[in-house]
Amino acid sequence: MSFKQGFNYGLAIGLGYLSVSFSFGIMAVNSGLTWWQTVLISIANLTSAGQVAGVGIMAASGGLVEMAVAQLIINLRYSLMAISLSQKTDSSMTLPARLVDSFFITDEIFGVASAQKSVGFKCMTGLAVLPVAGWTLGTLLGALLGNVLPSIVTSSLSIGIYGMFVAIVLPVCKKSKVITIISVLSVMMSVVFRYVPLLHEKVASGFAIIICAVISALIGVFITSDEEGEKEAVNG
Amino acid sequence: MDNKAFFTLLLVMGVTTYLVRMIPFVLFRKKIENKKVKAFFDYIPYTVLSAMTFPEILYSTDSIISAAAGAVTAIILSYKGKNLLVVAIGTCLAAFLVSLAEMWLKF
Repeated sequence: MSFKQGFNYGLAIGLGYLSVSFSFGIMAVNSGLTWWQTVLISIANLTSAGQVAGVGIMAASGGLVEMAVAQLIINLRYSLMAISLSQKTDSSMTLPARLVDSFFITDEIFGVASAQKSVGFKCMTGLAVLPVAGWTLGTLLGALLGNVLPSIVTSSLSIGIYGMFVAIVLPVCKKSKVITIISVLSVMMSVVFRYVPLLHEKVASGFAIIICAVISALIGVFITSDEEGEKEAVNG
Repeated sequence: MDNKAFFTLLLVMGVTTYLVRMIPFVLFRKKIENKKVKAFFDYIPYTVLSAMTFPEILYSTDSIISAAAGAVTAIILSYKGKNLLVVAIGTCLAAFLVSLAEMWLKF
């Protein structure tokens, strides 16, 4: 796949990112960040869930360790995608090329790239152009219009990113019993962290997410038999 | 938050996110054979998103009622298999309409 082909494939992802990051921009400004801080976060990270958690940590003036551990756990899936994608790369994927292209590994870019027979530097970079542009521009628009639009509109738009998260998890739950069970467990634990006063005061939200996610994923590993594991892997 | 605190947190955030992607892309070229390790990696995205979304989604708008309307809409649309964009827009729209109704009732 050439640069141009990759570039064209990136259009759909870029349009999707434009609207999701618009919602992120509004949410971040509503949490107390400035428009340029919000845009810098999007340029430096290119990830939705990690950025939402990161803004939460910033808004709560959280610690550096909390930030690092939260990003590590939330974005751990990119490590797996990187390993998987790495097996499809051709000879143009040299060390410098890998240093550049690894930045662009997101769920959607990985999804399109890994569907190709082989992935080269030009194709992967071309594929990333429009998603990066859409993610940055959408964040900027959301962050700026967040101050202009009436509060009823911005507050309604900032729920959009959570709607997207639901849309990622639920269809997979329909296919996998284990993922349904551990997602419900994760929500239940998260509810406990939110509503038990002592836990809510003492445990920072970034850490709470990590604890809920890791424990329920480990329970998932524990209740999965070997054959099921293979099936899950195919579906996931 | 002052600029120094912001840039320090941003640096830690950006560098961690980059290393998580870069290190395995540069170092690992073999498939993960251990099923349990692989299953853990498969599950993490979903448990993270679940914990992040609930109950936080209920506090993402001006009122719990409009947020709950958005959350229910998100669940229904996702269950029907609508794509991410449609679900995101539907969620916002439901929250917006209920917020409007609330405003109107207050007058």
